[in-house]
Amino acid sequence: MDRLLEILSDLHPEIDFEECTTLIDDGILDSFDIVSLISEINEEYDVVISAEYIVPENFNSAEALYALIEKLEEE
Amino acid sequence: MLFTSYRFLAFLLVLFVLYYVIPKKTQWMLLLVASYVFYAFAGWEYFIFMGITTLSTYGAGLLIDRNHSRQKAYLAEHKAELSKEEKKAYKEKQKNKRFAIMVVCLVLNFGILAVLKYTNFMIANINGVLEMTGSDKVLAFQDLILPLGISFYTFQSMGYLIDIHRGKYGAQKNVLKFALFVSFFPQLIQGPISRYDDLEKGLFGQHAFDWHTVSFGLQRILWGYFKKLVIADRMLIGVNAIIGDTESFTGFYVFLGMLFYALQLYADFTGGIDITIGIAQVLGIKMQENFNRPYFSKGIKEYWRRWHISLGAWFTDYLFYPISVCKPMLKVSKWSRKLLGEQVGKRVPVYAASIAVWFVTGIWHGAAWNFIVWGLGNCFFIMLSQECEPLYEKFHNRFAVKEKMWFKAFQIGRTFLLMSSLRMLDCYRDVPMTFRMFGSMFTDWNIGEVLSTGIWNLGLGLHDYIVLLIGIVILLTVSLVGRRGSVRDKIASKPMWVSMAVFGGMFIAVILFGAYGMGYDASQFIYNQF
Repeated sequence: MDRLLEILSDLHPEIDFEECTTLIDDGILDSFDIVSLISEINEEYDVVISAEYIVPENFNSAEALYALIEKLEEE
Repeated sequence: MLFTSYRFLAFLLVLFVLYYVIPKKTQWMLLLVASYVFYAFAGWEYFIFMGITTLSTYGAGLLIDRNHSRQKAYLAEHKAELSKEEKKAYKEKQKNKRFAIMVVCLVLNFGILAVLKYTNFMIANINGVLEMTGSDKVLAFQDLILPLGISFYTFQSMGYLIDIHRGKYGAQKNVLKFALFVSFFPQLIQGPISRYDDLEKGLFGQHAFDWHTVSFGLQRILWGYFKKLVIADRMLIGVNAIIGDTESFTGFYVFLGMLFYALQLYADFTGGIDITIGIAQVLGIKMQENFNRPYFSKGIKEYWRRWHISLGAWFTDYLFYPISVCKPMLKVSKWSRKLLGEQVGKRVPVYAASIAVWFVTGIWHGAAWNFIVWGLGNCFFIMLSQECEPLYEKFHNRFAVKEKMWFKAFQIGRTFLLMSSLRMLDCYRDVPMTFRMFGSMFTDWNIGEVLSTGIWNLGLGLHDYIVLLIGIVILLTVSLVGRRGSVRDKIASKPMWVSMAVFGGMFIAVILFGAYGMGYDASQFIYNQF
């Protein structure tokens, strides 16, 4: 989780990713950010987040995103 | 049957009455019949293509959905006896089957769209190449029909199919209900491109007559006609005059034409969408908004989140993401990071997918190089603004102007002018001509001539300019008031006479100042052509 928070903070240092739960709803992460993020996650965790998983529920918070990574790692 | 015809108004009146007197459980059937009647007025031969899209997508959706269910049942049944690897292999096999079904259906439907829409464009390009190589061979253009709304219903249907493949929701089992989703007449000719899960409840639900909903729907329809007939179709005369004579109308005329077209397109397209959403609202069906005051955007990325929202969202979900995060692209990303460094390499997937998306967005709007250049031009400025972000940040750290009103106005003006300049590619006959006319704005200094005598040579009289000016003020006021909630709610909260005065006045304005008769062409919405 710490590494994910670091990746997110690199994208938007001004956001408190531990607290924020509206990253998509409030337009903090745009489509460019999401693609960069998925690419970083692929490097770091060796999981592929395919397009079908790009929905607000999975990207609205660092916690939800980390849960998705864990789920994909298990698969 | 045009939205702006009396026949269409009569058709709506009959539909609205019947809709609320028949048994509620049959309302969706009436909508299907109405949609097919509407489509039949466009041409019987078009049904072949809509039929193929409806049946192929319906069938493919069912097959994929059944495969999803079978997989779930099989895994549940054999949960204990299968190893993790066996489960993974089984899932992979089923996934490939579903993918194959989806691809066949996508190729068929986008293939139809491509052949009908782009064959003659390809022939024109091949002929151009043949001419350049000195060959005397010329390929003959094909006499192909372009079914009404094909770009919209194909995209909507394919969005449904991809969602089923992704397991977002189950397939519609009733072929007639699915046919209604594909053909729902208000959105057929210019969108919005709806998602099945957004529309399902409204389309197939049972709707009791509710005066509040119906009256709000009628108000929205009236507002749409006001924008279309009073503003857009009047502005069209000036636009046609300026772009129709590229010898005489250069310099400041071009700038004026650019502003006229920006206003015409906005009033035309948003007016059409108001009519669409208003009709749906009268029927008790809530549709997605397609605009969010786009001309108040402070940047190009923001503009594209607020203009033609449903098309942008379609391309993002079904093209941009699948390209930019697919396995081969992730490999390219890894490779490019190693080769080009972290900063450049990580941009590769985003920019490669952006170029593809904007190329397709351009060609979706029309089979011409103008539209392709327009699409790629948008892409270029989006990338440029992305690259300039660190600079912007430095600027804002140095100067505290971000929240100042004048700076926001500057950003809005800059974005409006940039988007309007790019949109000139819609207007002129080819790309070189567009650039020539754009350049003339900076070389032909004829502002004095245009403002003193020139504006009277554009087919618009004093009364037209006054109507347009009042129309623009009303548009602007509604946009500004709408920032803090629904304008119709605000009007409804006032005494009854206020509503009656506003909408009665608007009705009279449409009747008296709508652009009808000789010299006016209320024949088409601009987006019908796409």
